[in-house]
Amino acid sequence: MTADVAGGATAEEIARLEDMARRIRVAVIRTVAQCKVGHVGGPLSAADILAALYGRILRIRPGEPGWPERDRFILSKGHSALGQYAAMALAGYFDPEEMFTFNQKGSRLQGHPDMNKLPGIDISTGSLGMGLSAGLGMALGARYLGQGFLTWVLLGDGECQEGQVWEAAHVAPRYGLDNLIAIVDHNKFQQFGWRGDSATHRLPPEDPGDLVARFRAFGWRVLEMAGNDMLEVVRVLEEAAQPTGRPTAVIANTLKGYGVSYMAGNYQWHMGVPTEEEFAIAMAELGESDGGDA
Amino acid sequence: MTLPMGKPLRLVFGETITALAASDPRIVVLDGDLGSSTQAKLFEDAYPERFFQMGIAEQNMLGVAAGMAKVGLVPFISTFVAFALHRPLDQIRVLIAQTGANVKITAGYTGLFTGKAGKTHQIVDDISIARAMPGMVVISPADEVETKAVLTWSVEYDGPVFIRLVRDVTQTLFEPGHKFQFGKVKVVREGGDITLISTGTQTPRVVDAADILAADGVEAHVVHVSTIKPLDVAGIVAAAERTGRVVTIEEHTVIGGLGGAVAETLSEHRPTRVDRIGIQDHYTESATDQELLDMYCLSAERVAQRVRKLLASEGPVTSCA
Repeated sequence: MTADVAGGATAEEIARLEDMARRIRVAVIRTVAQCKVGHVGGPLSAADILAALYGRILRIRPGEPGWPERDRFILSKGHSALGQYAAMALAGYFDPEEMFTFNQKGSRLQGHPDMNKLPGIDISTGSLGMGLSAGLGMALGARYLGQGFLTWVLLGDGECQEGQVWEAAHVAPRYGLDNLIAIVDHNKFQQFGWRGDSATHRLPPEDPGDLVARFRAFGWRVLEMAGNDMLEVVRVLEEAAQPTGRPTAVIANTLKGYGVSYMAGNYQWHMGVPTEEEFAIAMAELGESDGGDA
Repeated sequence: MTLPMGKPLRLVFGETITALAASDPRIVVLDGDLGSSTQAKLFEDAYPERFFQMGIAEQNMLGVAAGMAKVGLVPFISTFVAFALHRPLDQIRVLIAQTGANVKITAGYTGLFTGKAGKTHQIVDDISIARAMPGMVVISPADEVETKAVLTWSVEYDGPVFIRLVRDVTQTLFEPGHKFQFGKVKVVREGGDITLISTGTQTPRVVDAADILAADGVEAHVVHVSTIKPLDVAGIVAAAERTGRVVTIEEHTVIGGLGGAVAETLSEHRPTRVDRIGIQDHYTESATDQELLDMYCLSAERVAQRVRKLLASEGPVTSCA
């Protein structure tokens, strides 16, 4: 018998989820390298969260994506679609080979998630600021219908500049929606942002601690976590799933581009296509043996 | 003869959704802090647990509606058109129209009658905007009878519907029991001299205008378009063929609304001269309802006057008086 190390998760379970996160990162970079387009930094910062959700936390049936009692998941930061697709493929929603159709004519894997095309997407996103409202509607609906599923919404920190996020943040506590969990991928970068000391030094979307204070001021239960540390991600997300009479915001402190040295903390990898050499470095750092073969 | 006044469509809205909710637990209402104006307060009184106050935050409200629809509910929106369509336009596009969410955007206070609120509340381009959006159905009922029928129909239709409501008392055109036919125009008066095509609560005023014209010996063929999208192409073509000359009349901008839709359709299917009566390319202003109808050439008398001028003219007539 193995002792639990986080919530009900064993060390083996954590190691499995860490490997799933690693494989999400590999799949994202492989897809971008092959398809020659796509967002990179955001999917990498969120990979551990996505692995924890799709690998353990969400009550889902990948073989039955329309299962009415499933937990709902909304990728409000829809430009991180590649990360979600990779997590879904690894969870068994579709063959990972389909990743390489990303963005191409006729693909179910649109540049931003499209619920009409890909079963398992609970609502279309891509225009920032909207996901929390849709999640609030699902959570209110669940409450009204007497259904026990949870609704999880993953937002970006730059996205929290959208006023609509705070419209939703204002309303959710009024209804005591403890079946709604917002996770903010606080990776400290947005696409361009405010200039710092130079053209390549960009200021973070929010000052440290601001998101915690804001959600708390709006009446949410706020949890913080190191969002690239699987042990902590699992522990905190399992805590977040426990009802307390209030909606929960999880501020995940992450690093944009996490997992690949030259991408990490570099705003220029918000989008980008690695060169052959860069690809090989990324694969090597992520523990893939077939480095140069995209 | 002038058509009699009926209930304000907002009251019909409040009464009808409350009545429909009795037999359909999927129906819920989302309010943007205007339920006391839109008459959604009737629903709140009857079903407080199904009435969700969203506050003065409409982008969120439309997003919440999408989420509710995706778990099986039928949300109705309670606010003015400016805040039901224009402010949350991108939310409607991304979360509702593209996904086919079963949300009923019951837009209050369309047109000029906003209780003298003026340009911010007088939305006269909602048809143009809503009908350009893929996946959106656009309906503008004529009176209380048709509004009730449209709301009842909308619950059974699975998908987004934009329904235009009006604040003030309006004339009653249809007899009780009138059947709303989705996607079909309705001939409300037969005539062979000129075809008048109208929508919403303007249609009763056009019927009155036709009576005025008849006194002068001009027999107008009056067609009511409640479903603006999808448009009844065959019905519009038949209406044009009846007289060979078409005038559209709408309490709405002439750019891209009913007149635009009719002109687009006829230019492709049966080229016909189309003159458009409506609001020109400018902002409207505060005044009484009757003053506004006269200012913008939409009262029965003004419509009749304008049609007479058009009949006597080879080119367009843009002045109202």
